[in-house]
Amino acid sequence: MRTTWILLAVLAIVAAAAPFAGPFVILLLAHVLVLGIMAMSVDLLLGYTGLPSLGQAAYLGVGAYFTAILATKFGFGLGWDFLLVIVMGMAAGAATAAFFGLFAIRASGVYFLMITLALGMCVWGLAYRWNSLTGGDNGINMRGRPVLSGIRLADDLTFFYVVLGFFLASFFALRLLVSSPFGKSLVGIRERELRMRILGYNTWLHKYIAFVIAGAFGGLAGVLWAHLNGIVSPVDVLLPASVDALLMVVLGGPGTLVGGLIGASVVVFLRDYLATLVPWWQYVLGAVYVLTILYLPAGIMGLFKGGRT
Amino acid sequence: MFNGVSYGALLFLLASGLTLIFGVMRIVNLSHGAYFLLGGYVAITVIRATGSWVLALPIAALVIAALGLLVERIFLRPLGFDPLRQVLLTVGFAFLFQQAALDIWGGDNLIINPPSALSASIAVGGLHLPIYRIFMIGLAVAIGLSLWFAMERTRIGAMVRATVDDAEMARGVGIDTSKVSMMIFALGAFLAALGGVIGGAFLGIYPGLDFEVLPIAFAVVIIGGMGSLAGAAVGSLLVGLADNFGKALFPELAYFSLYAPMVLILAMKPTGLLGRE
Amino acid sequence: MKHLAWLVMGALGVSPAAAQELKIGFLAPMTGIFAQIGKDMENGFQMYLDEQKGNLAGAKVTFIVEDEEGKPPVGVRKAEKLARQDNVQLLVGGLLASTGYAIAPVSNRLKTVYVLSIAAADDLTQRDLKEYPYIVRTSWTSSQPHHPLGKWACDNKYRRVVTVAADYAFGHEVVGGFQKAFEDCGGRVVQKVWPPLGTKDFGPYIPTIKKDADAIFTVMVGPMALQFPKQVQEAGVKTPLIGGGTSYDEFVLPSMGDEVLGHVSALQYSAALDTPRNREFVRKYREKYGKVPSYYSESNYTTAQMIHEVMKQTKGKWPGPEKFIAMITQLKLDTPRGPVRFDDMRNPIQNIYIKKVEKKKMHGYEKDELWNTVIHTYPNVSQFWTYKKEEFLKQPVYSRDFPPCKFCN
Repeated sequence: MRTTWILLAVLAIVAAAAPFAGPFVILLLAHVLVLGIMAMSVDLLLGYTGLPSLGQAAYLGVGAYFTAILATKFGFGLGWDFLLVIVMGMAAGAATAAFFGLFAIRASGVYFLMITLALGMCVWGLAYRWNSLTGGDNGINMRGRPVLSGIRLADDLTFFYVVLGFFLASFFALRLLVSSPFGKSLVGIRERELRMRILGYNTWLHKYIAFVIAGAFGGLAGVLWAHLNGIVSPVDVLLPASVDALLMVVLGGPGTLVGGLIGASVVVFLRDYLATLVPWWQYVLGAVYVLTILYLPAGIMGLFKGGRT
Repeated sequence: MFNGVSYGALLFLLASGLTLIFGVMRIVNLSHGAYFLLGGYVAITVIRATGSWVLALPIAALVIAALGLLVERIFLRPLGFDPLRQVLLTVGFAFLFQQAALDIWGGDNLIINPPSALSASIAVGGLHLPIYRIFMIGLAVAIGLSLWFAMERTRIGAMVRATVDDAEMARGVGIDTSKVSMMIFALGAFLAALGGVIGGAFLGIYPGLDFEVLPIAFAVVIIGGMGSLAGAAVGSLLVGLADNFGKALFPELAYFSLYAPMVLILAMKPTGLLGRE
Repeated sequence: MKHLAWLVMGALGVSPAAAQELKIGFLAPMTGIFAQIGKDMENGFQMYLDEQKGNLAGAKVTFIVEDEEGKPPVGVRKAEKLARQDNVQLLVGGLLASTGYAIAPVSNRLKTVYVLSIAAADDLTQRDLKEYPYIVRTSWTSSQPHHPLGKWACDNKYRRVVTVAADYAFGHEVVGGFQKAFEDCGGRVVQKVWPPLGTKDFGPYIPTIKKDADAIFTVMVGPMALQFPKQVQEAGVKTPLIGGGTSYDEFVLPSMGDEVLGHVSALQYSAALDTPRNREFVRKYREKYGKVPSYYSESNYTTAQMIHEVMKQTKGKWPGPEKFIAMITQLKLDTPRGPVRFDDMRNPIQNIYIKKVEKKKMHGYEKDELWNTVIHTYPNVSQFWTYKKEEFLKQPVYSRDFPPCKFCN
């Protein structure tokens, strides 16, 4: 509970300071928030249910391509129907996860890692080869952000607030989920799946539902991602994108939701800010991966919680 | 068809190391591609310094094996069995290696040229078969057989198998499982590096190659069965042939045709075709 | 004392002797698969700046290089950073077509000039040009050198050609350009093979190539370009190879061997171009950076030169984005690649060189090396070749299926 208040306080400060920040900083912050949504969805799977997925970028990709195709081929989603696209993007992410989940949920541990990796690569393969739909390696260029009755999302500050809104909504939704009985049973599955089964829980179904929900939020992140960048390409769905998402959660602290946001901040900072300052930023990135794993088992949040995982 | 087999041979070199590491240590080694690439780079340095390709093979492989050993000893060992952490750790190293390779060798596409003896082709019944590809198949078979022999027929092999089957029991019987793990990891890196040198004539050596070969290596290991050498052999052959035929027959689905079967196999038999759990 | 001087000058309405600044943001891949190409791009531009001692006609240049990693979204982020945080007046670079497409809208949004010094996607200066008033291209369109190559193939009695090209937009456009011109002068493309980008094992493809073709037209990039000629030779195929611009250019040529001797390709640049200007360029570049310049370097060097020419006309004062575009497209220059001017779609009109790989000594060097000897020059080639612009723009952009393969059976 306390962490929630701290988070809200921090975000409030950021939101208040935003109009005074440089435009590039606002862009970076928006990035952090969108990736934060994605990271939270990964945290749901990893931190709470104990399922490490190497293919979550697939759902971001589905949401993003969906948005882009609707916008460019059908001119849809550029006004108030943008909100409809959000819902549809989440549905698309959920549907994909529902389909993939049928293959993936039977596995666990390493095998789950592998199968989600493979599924992610399938999506990449489709994005890359299905030229007529996805534009192939050129990707799809968005023609501009939506205008909602005069509210121009093309204005970066406005878009930032919109993204912030979606982040908060996602955060609270997920918070509600993990503190519900369903959420608690997910943690139970993570800790002692066998026991849960003995107790009569349909663990497969629980895991499956978590997987689908994660896919939905991944799709949401994808919709925002498409508008944030103005372009969607197969690069968004590559393996490193999924690995980054995992890192964000592990770095920030699995099982905390907030950890996802913290991790996203660090990774975005490294990739997009440090990279502009020094050429050796990739060493730092690699080192962060390595050091986090070795010395921060509970992530950054673990430092605050005094080691409670 | 011959091409499929020779491609499969290369994959076997790449995948055998990966499957051993996984089989024995349950480590998901995402830096395996980096070892492959670094093997190629070290070989290039050796060739530039000595002009000898034959010398480059063992030197590159041993250097990378040593590197793998260090990584395992210092970084992986403390982690214990935790697939997620291993993934992230090995990815971190892959990034570090990739950047270092870029800084040391530059980003040009390099080629490892085998001695001219191996560069010709022989004509067999109307087909031109490059000798180098025959060499690749031969080498893969030789390595496969020696590994199999070592595993099945030697005492060390028995120790390895015991560690794979049940590490605790193995320790109970007095086998130094940590030494075994170390050895296997080094061997895996050795094989990957060897693959890099051999493949370097074929694929070229350039930054990004590490992450390109990685998913394919995993596909082979998964399809064939993690931890099983025979599985790696079967998997490499299957993937090599499927890749060949897939590309010739269904070019649109090129990438898809690799990963979709992987998903199906994993869904049905998570341990792969010949894997054991 | 100094402050008083400023005050007086300010009062007199005299601005200090132009310490004009020109901020140029450069986008190229610095990490990943294309890292070396990115470096070559940067080096080309940097060399020109160094020759001018960082000063273009009175404007002091701040040159900021950002890594776009060969990924469009990263390109967008870095472009935004350069434009918003560093307040550059010019964005230059972008390697891949997808990156070019990603940054063009940024130039719109931020009203910043974007100079495409490499990205070759046809439509950026064709059917999509009107969407992007702030872009200008100083390099080439994918199909530009390949129209004349198609004509050259007819003139050299090739009748039946098989194309083997990397299966992505660039490959499609190069083949499209070649095919259109080749078939318009009587040639026939009888088969199209599309190995995926990044293929290194052409085993599955080579046996399917029709044996009765006069030539194989290849579009290969990077590692593919190194492997294909080798594997063709190993397979015992004797059909002559003709290449698209990237199949034999100087980025890959030094790593190639005797298997490419005699292979022909087309591009707006060859390091073997035997003019005094190019000779000087090649020798200086090689001395400074240790390798023969490829078109990636030349294109960026020439781009810097063009920017300089505009600044000369404005006496070092940045003329604003719209005026800059107007001025740069009026230029007629002599560059290492030869004479260059612009068409009304903001794309260069330049010489296209048909070149052949030969082993010899060039530019006064002592060793025998592989060079792309220029065997024929087509002057004043625009992106539309001999076609009327309006007719050309009516047809769809070259793609996998356009022009259709009428003679494939």
